[in-house]
Amino acid sequence: MLVEAGHFALALALGLSLIQFVVPLWGARANDPVLMTVAPASALAVFACIAFSFLALTSAYLNSDFSVLNVVQNSHSAKPLVYKISGVWGNHEGSMLLWVLILALFGGVVALARNSIPMRLQANTLAVQAAVTIAFLLFILTTSNPFTRVVPAPLEGQDLNPLLQDPGLAIHPPLLYIGYVGFSISFAFACAALIDGRIDAVWARIVRPWTLGAWAFLTLGIAMGSYWAYYELGWGGWWFWDPVENASLMPWLAGTALMHSTVVMEKRDALKVWTILLAILTFSLSLLGTFLVRSGVLTSVHSFAVDPERGTFILGILILFIGGSLSLFAWRAPMLRQGGLFAPVSREGALVLNNLFLATACATVFIGTLYPLALEVLTGEKISVGAPFFNFTFLPLIVPLLLLLPLGQTLAWKRGNFLGTAQRLYAVFGLSLLVTVALFAFAYGGPVAAPLGVGLGVYLVLGSLNELVTRSWSKGTPLAVAWRKAKGLPRSTWGTAIAHAGVGLSVIGIAATAWGVEGLGSLKPGERLKAGDYEVRLERVIPRIEANYREDVAVLTVFDSGREIGTLETMKRLYVTRGMPTTEAGILTTGLGQVYASLGEMQADGSIGVRLYYKPLVLLIWIGALVMAAGGALSLTDRRLRIGAPARTKAAPPAAVPAE
Amino acid sequence: MRFVLALIAALLLGGPVLAVQPDEVLKDPALEKRAREISAGLRCLVCQNQSIDDSDAQLAKDLRILVRERLVAGDTNDEVETFLVQRYGEFVLLKPAFGTHTLLLWLTPALVLVLGGIGAYVALRRRPQPAAAFLDEEEKKALEALLGRDNSAS
Repeated sequence: MLVEAGHFALALALGLSLIQFVVPLWGARANDPVLMTVAPASALAVFACIAFSFLALTSAYLNSDFSVLNVVQNSHSAKPLVYKISGVWGNHEGSMLLWVLILALFGGVVALARNSIPMRLQANTLAVQAAVTIAFLLFILTTSNPFTRVVPAPLEGQDLNPLLQDPGLAIHPPLLYIGYVGFSISFAFACAALIDGRIDAVWARIVRPWTLGAWAFLTLGIAMGSYWAYYELGWGGWWFWDPVENASLMPWLAGTALMHSTVVMEKRDALKVWTILLAILTFSLSLLGTFLVRSGVLTSVHSFAVDPERGTFILGILILFIGGSLSLFAWRAPMLRQGGLFAPVSREGALVLNNLFLATACATVFIGTLYPLALEVLTGEKISVGAPFFNFTFLPLIVPLLLLLPLGQTLAWKRGNFLGTAQRLYAVFGLSLLVTVALFAFAYGGPVAAPLGVGLGVYLVLGSLNELVTRSWSKGTPLAVAWRKAKGLPRSTWGTAIAHAGVGLSVIGIAATAWGVEGLGSLKPGERLKAGDYEVRLERVIPRIEANYREDVAVLTVFDSGREIGTLETMKRLYVTRGMPTTEAGILTTGLGQVYASLGEMQADGSIGVRLYYKPLVLLIWIGALVMAAGGALSLTDRRLRIGAPARTKAAPPAAVPAE
Repeated sequence: MRFVLALIAALLLGGPVLAVQPDEVLKDPALEKRAREISAGLRCLVCQNQSIDDSDAQLAKDLRILVRERLVAGDTNDEVETFLVQRYGEFVLLKPAFGTHTLLLWLTPALVLVLGGIGAYVALRRRPQPAAAFLDEEEKKALEALLGRDNSAS
């Protein structure tokens, strides 16, 4: 009964979305406030309906209601509770439902932020948002209904894909979707501005927190996915340039560019047309990502089903929204007036360069991901574009961007002085050069890329934090005064510095992987295997039986230069219902590095294959991403961006500006 | 399609074995290093975007052994790759060769960067003029003419 109610609520949400689409648009056109206020009301109602629908499906999973096809195909009564919940979105239908749930959630938040958004802008924005909701609700209701019943109901379900039975599934998709779908708000704001034909710094100020928030979540989502692949797939890689990964990287690159160009627009009223275009492109890439993953054009763990009908439908949505918004852009953008001027050497100029490199990097990933598909369709020729291509083309684009980053962050707005800026970074240049040379000497004969990359990372970290120091401390200032000054700097300055330092940390982690070592061998209990300074001894292999799988557990003792530092367990599992085997890597963290072991086949002579890696500083890759997202979150708390602040603080005294 | 899926399923169900097996490793470390380098650039043809160096599939194992056999026989890295391309087509290379069919693929990054750079430069150079002369004489006249026409119409 609840299941039918959930289905009905979804259909109701579709009807309400139609109202949310048509009425506010009309209201904004006719300048009728009564019609415009329909937008927030209906947005909240749509959210309530979709949330109810989502809860209905969740309850079917929790109760193992095997009369629902979706539950049969993706659940099992013996599955642990957490996977019963995360299993709701561990399949095509459920994940699309999560997608629209988040879409409606964002619509609801925009609806509640009534005080900070002008009425017309809010009405138009929510109408555009409703158009996206309508398309995806239609998609779910016609091709991917999660509420389909099955008669007669089977006694037991087919269990969830074992690779997905992991805490990663509980976190990765929601984070990623909040990021993906969050960009729909920037998109809706951009379209609303185009519909209205008006755009200014106020628009940028309103849009920026949404972009920033979406970006921070997408960063976390990608990092989480990367760490999950790292420990689950068992060969120690953390980024595979898989089309599915690229699908999330493209909106991230475009979103990063968008985040930076909105700053220019907010502060200097410049780059308007480009910012609008980027907002459209970023969400278009999110839609493309959804299409690539959901249509089954690419087969992988992420594509739960191969179904051409669904692919065609999403392709239709893609063409409608990308084509529609770009047409709107072509029609209205020439009417937008350009604002503030700036010299080429200035903070704005540096941010233009940032956008150029990020957009090119994004285009590179785009062409590399789609070219093989297009070539095969057009000429029938089959080629592969994999990691070697991306490493070869992507790095030359990213390295100059990173080299310029601290300079750009230090340059003054409007008109900068390049030499003066470089001077402020003298200490940073010197220190990072010193680190690089020292690393070369220390790791003589090792890979060349590693010291260079780590040096670059150190340069980024120091260069980002340098701004905090130079803005609060000069020779002779007592430290207490400097600290007070630093604390008085705007939160967004802190956020920027921290996020950029996070980039540096990730770069260090990535570069240090070149120092990684590995060992390979067949071990019997008591035998040892070496990887660099690290060594493991196989103690025993024991079978274990859990609720929905059985496993062979290898217990390994880990030695660092002969000294025992701990034990790790690595498993080979067999999930009984699906008869599917998986390997679980055993990981021992030492400082920021990890000893990583995975199991192979049992050999005829009773030995078992073991692959051992030592990965120095590897954790920094993901810690860097966490720091980036934390920087974004800190910027969000800046008083300037707080939702509702612009309208409310009019009467309040102006905020204290820290003395320079 | 069904066959391919069945094949993939069969390979998956075959049980995960290690990518490079201990018994495959060549005795000569220099040769083994070259073998690993080549393997990382070759696609496991039945897998999803995996190199033969990473893959557990039987075919990847066969290819790894083949690469090592060619190296032991004295082939250069390029010769090994050419040999595999002749046998399996260009699909086997994870970094496609530069040619007319991949022109757009290889040139896109450079094109976007250069054209984008020129575009940004031109757009920024051109901007001061219209702003400096907010309404020039001609525009003022045109405006007056329009306003006049408006007045006469009403």
